Amino acid sequence: MFKVTASPHITDNMTTQKIMLCVIISLLPALIGGFITLGLRVLTVTLICVVFSVLFEYLMRIIMKRQNTISDLSAVVTGMLLAMNLPVTIPIWQAITGCFVAIVIAKQLFGGLGQNFVNPAILGRIVLMLSFTADMTTWIKVKHSGYVDALTGATPLVSKDASYIDLFLGNTGGCIGEVCALGIIIGGFFLIFMKIISPVTPFAFIGAVAVLEFIAGNDPLYHTLAGGLLLGAFFMATDYVTTPITSKGKLIFGVGCGIITFVIREFGGYPEGVSFAILFMNIVTPYIDNFTAVKPLGAVYIKDEKEDN
Amino acid sequence: MKKLNSIKVPHNKNTKDCMIEKIPLPPFVKIPMLMNMGSPCNPIVKIKDTISVGQKIGDSDALFSVPVYSSVSGTVKAISDYRISDGSLCKAVEIECDNLQNISDSVKPSEINSREDFVKAVRESGLSGLGGAGFPTHIKLNPKNKINTLIVNGAECEPYITSDYRIMIEHADEIIEGLNFISKMLDIPNVIIGIEKNKPEAIKLFSEKLQNINNINVISLPSLYPQGAEKVLIYTSLGKIVQEGKLPSDYGIIVINVSTVYYLNVYFKTGMPLINRVVTVDGDTVKKAGNYLVPIGTSFDYILGYAQCEKDKINKLIAGGMMMGITVYDINQPVSKINNAILAMNKINIPKEIACIRCGRCMNACPVNLMPMEIERAYKKKNTEMLLKYKVNLCINCGCCTYICPSKRKLAETNQLAKLLISSIKKK
Repeated sequence: MFKVTASPHITDNMTTQKIMLCVIISLLPALIGGFITLGLRVLTVTLICVVFSVLFEYLMRIIMKRQNTISDLSAVVTGMLLAMNLPVTIPIWQAITGCFVAIVIAKQLFGGLGQNFVNPAILGRIVLMLSFTADMTTWIKVKHSGYVDALTGATPLVSKDASYIDLFLGNTGGCIGEVCALGIIIGGFFLIFMKIISPVTPFAFIGAVAVLEFIAGNDPLYHTLAGGLLLGAFFMATDYVTTPITSKGKLIFGVGCGIITFVIREFGGYPEGVSFAILFMNIVTPYIDNFTAVKPLGAVYIKDEKEDN
Repeated sequence: MKKLNSIKVPHNKNTKDCMIEKIPLPPFVKIPMLMNMGSPCNPIVKIKDTISVGQKIGDSDALFSVPVYSSVSGTVKAISDYRISDGSLCKAVEIECDNLQNISDSVKPSEINSREDFVKAVRESGLSGLGGAGFPTHIKLNPKNKINTLIVNGAECEPYITSDYRIMIEHADEIIEGLNFISKMLDIPNVIIGIEKNKPEAIKLFSEKLQNINNINVISLPSLYPQGAEKVLIYTSLGKIVQEGKLPSDYGIIVINVSTVYYLNVYFKTGMPLINRVVTVDGDTVKKAGNYLVPIGTSFDYILGYAQCEKDKINKLIAGGMMMGITVYDINQPVSKINNAILAMNKINIPKEIACIRCGRCMNACPVNLMPMEIERAYKKKNTEMLLKYKVNLCINCGCCTYICPSKRKLAETNQLAKLLISSIKKK
């Protein structure tokens, strides 16, 4: 007996697993940059986040009596992204709490991969930020000569004392994944080159922040390189599930994120607004999608016909 | 040249240098009464009747019907029920060959002096579009509007299939002769032959032959799938969009398959209706892949036997191409007018479906700009209002969305199911 299926009978080589693998590879340069600046604990925190994210996903699927999905690697990506959004000094139990929020609450309770409406890693970071503000804003002070001091210092967005080259190479304070701008840019361009992400979102996001900071009389380059903007723009605002699908929608999303980031950085109580901006825009994504839906080729809507006649 | 969304598929044109080869007569044929889009014919022969080649064996008064002719000479053994691929039943005439191949007296060129004669002759030729959809040719070539452009579809964008290509290479003169005749009868000033870039020999051949003919031009089309889809071809060659609910003829355009033109010319010249066709036989179980000229009604089993296919290794048998072909469950299925290929595959991949990650690849691949991921979501909820809003009715079932989906979701299949859902609700 022959197999009977609907056409087509061949499929592309690209799989969701490969996409996730590409994202994992693209995160490595920034992670290595963080490791060089911030030391061995970077690896510990990342490993803990990845292991617990996968574990939570595995357990949740069993509890929910659903097919297990850890092989799609999306939990690994979430774990890595969360780790890169944490300071290197974070207590381990807090990092695990972040994984729980990201995987169990933000992702699996809404139905798992593809069903969550906010970026799990962003939600994990924000919950930790609001719950353990002190631990989440403790940065290792990095002396620009290169050695790591145990003292705590402010993020370069507040201290405003780092040079461009330090920001670019990662000789600065900040979360694990955001210190090394060069690593993020390499990873981001890799994803664009592999056609995993569209360049529209990151460039709209970064462009909007740079232009607004310039208008406000600040240094646009400094504001691009310092803080979590690059990490957020390339890796968090380009998440497929929680951002608009069309290019027009991605443009609106990116610019919206940029405006909110600028407003929080300039007028808000927090020095950093990237994660809040992305979270907010995640929530309005269904509206953007609805608003920017593409018109099928040659489509005629009955309403249009009435107007024409 | 304007382009719509498209995908790159492997070409696999392994049989492009295989000359068209006439296969030996099969011991019997089973000719279905419905091989075109539209209404079935009624058998007009009885059991034990002696039949000759080219004799009409089925006809109907319905507008969308195309007469059916015998491809062999012999005796009618049975008139049986036959299940066509959409699940409905029609009659089929089974004829045992006597190997004499006596040609029927009715086979003689018809006199064509007026447009009415022409349309009548086109219907009598038994032709429906040979590209795959099987639209009755006598309806296509009888447009209400004045036609400015006749587009000849030589794109053949499906992987593996080379039957149109071989006809173009081996019968270029007949095709041009047929085009001259059609354009004269319908008073069409402009004829375009569209051929994909991956067939440079065909483009070169036609360019040389058409040097002194001003009203027929060759254009080379990008080698992208689905270049041969009617709407895509019209957009690529003329930049025109066919609106929903309209036909190309409303814009003064007719698109016709290149093999259809060839067989029309055969009918005009000799009076021999469509009784055989070229079928590409390929696949990893087929040792002697090639392009075979087979009588309509020959069983797949017989053709695959001739092509030295290892039949016990077949896991999937496809009538048509890899992208739009229909899987066959019975190896005794007869070849119909619209069967441009038989693919007998051993290695098949039926990948595991996982959740949609909303990457938007399906939307960016869809030539008609649909959003298959949204259609799928609306279909799961049986939300017909949303399905109508997303215009699932415009889907041409090219399969690009399923092909490209990284989560291996069966989006094209869902689109077809969604269309059925809408039509079943409209009927109520």
